[in-house]
Amino acid sequence: MRMPAAEAARFQRASDQSLLIYFGEQITLDAHERVRKLLLLLEREPIAGIRNLHPAYCSVLVKFDPLKWRHEQLEEILKQYFGRLEDVTLPEPRQVEIPVCYGGEHGPDLIDVSEIHRMTPAQVIELHSSTTYVVYFLGFVPGFAYLGELPEALVTPRLPTPRRNVSPGSVGIAGRQTGVYPVATPGGWRLLGRTPLSMFRPEQDGFSLLSIGDRVRFTPINQQQFAALERA
Amino acid sequence: MSVIQVQSPGLLSTVQDLGREGFGPLGVSASGAADAISLRVGNRLVGNAEGAAALEMTLLGGTFVFPQSAIVALTGSDFGATLDGSPLTLWTSAEVKPGQTLRAGATRSGARSFLCVQGGIVEKLFLGSASTHLLSGLGGHQGRALRKGDVLRIGPATAPFQKRTLSPRALERLSPRKLLRVTPGPQSVWFPRESQQLFYGSAYRVAEESNRMGLRLKGPPIVQRSGGEMITEGVSLGAVQITAGGQPIILFVEQQTTGGYAKVANVISADLHSLGQLRPRDEIRFEQVGWDAARALLLEQEQLLTSPDLFVL
Repeated sequence: MRMPAAEAARFQRASDQSLLIYFGEQITLDAHERVRKLLLLLEREPIAGIRNLHPAYCSVLVKFDPLKWRHEQLEEILKQYFGRLEDVTLPEPRQVEIPVCYGGEHGPDLIDVSEIHRMTPAQVIELHSSTTYVVYFLGFVPGFAYLGELPEALVTPRLPTPRRNVSPGSVGIAGRQTGVYPVATPGGWRLLGRTPLSMFRPEQDGFSLLSIGDRVRFTPINQQQFAALERA
Repeated sequence: MSVIQVQSPGLLSTVQDLGREGFGPLGVSASGAADAISLRVGNRLVGNAEGAAALEMTLLGGTFVFPQSAIVALTGSDFGATLDGSPLTLWTSAEVKPGQTLRAGATRSGARSFLCVQGGIVEKLFLGSASTHLLSGLGGHQGRALRKGDVLRIGPATAPFQKRTLSPRALERLSPRKLLRVTPGPQSVWFPRESQQLFYGSAYRVAEESNRMGLRLKGPPIVQRSGGEMITEGVSLGAVQITAGGQPIILFVEQQTTGGYAKVANVISADLHSLGQLRPRDEIRFEQVGWDAARALLLEQEQLLTSPDLFVL
């Protein structure tokens, strides 16, 4: 039996100025859509005193003004929003293609990943680039999209020791996730390739190439195409 | 327009205001002053709105030349600052004459000192804030820490000089703490009683690798119950997350917006400014307080910050 949304959500206090809303305890498209619907509803009908929202796979962290709200007061108001999630229609997802130059200097872990799964590097590339991924949310650093789900045959643990510095545009995999590093950061995801596109563009509308809910496909390109796109 | 010329930047000096809230859905964390109370008080000392942009210096201050007159205040930790060689009093507004040089040295107390200027430091806003976010190279002065030769613009003067000093009582009550008060974190039940006792009963040392993103701590490793699998979720400012090796990291102003480690506790809002004054090798402890106590402490702090007798003239 499908539970009404209001009952299926769980609150958890995270700090004296934030609370977590869990729409389930595992990564599902259903929970993801409820995260998006709540964001959309809160964008249309903002609650005064909510300062920030940190969406994730199946949860939203709500940061609020602790001098205005107590947790239990805000929870009561949010419950009224949950009751209306079913009526929210999400926009048709955008389809975004991201060109990736796989392997070599751009994808230093491609060989290791193929060996772990007893495949050829070409098979890894074929699997990674033939799947349509969902942008579950942006998090970690500006413009970092958490994409899922990776084909079962590519599910690989993180590196035992994270790299100190991952180049911007690097495309990595970790567990059932894949994603693109927008800025140079330390990182423990295994790197298969790199895109010449900038993922976070402070001077452009929308800032981030990807938004929550987008559908993404990676298109293999060669070194010449990479260089040409990087110059463009 | 008046300017500040950066003759030497110090160890790590950035332009900061109270940060940019509301962009979590883009993965952008708030950033902002590491010690918001020092920024707010400093701005009010010089007659600014409390969220005006100022300079945040870290451990070792810089040298700044003022070609035009200015009204300034230094707040936060004591960096032994001087104006043309004469000591500058902390937490007090001061007049700078054209051509004078303000020099800040190595800290004699905590990690950060703030240089507030009447009119504020003028930078192009990114997402509504002048705060520098170092990791992503966004905001502030060209998205980076200051360098020798940088020229910072100052907003127009707004009021004649008035000498103001933070009251000794307020200074004492706002001073940073090493015993950090926390509320339980969202996964606190994942940590068995013995782990919690160890966490609240031990001293932790701030590691060298700490920065505006997070404070890494060293101490007895904290064990969590096996079986719980974290799904990446939103994380809050001041969250105390326990890494795979059992060591705590306190998420700070340039925090990641989401994370996959379990959080045992969260520093209360009234103590967040204390985090900005912790230096590498400082020793800290944690004390758990209730939700009502956390709220009462914040209310008391805000009342103090808005009270008419905050300053003595």
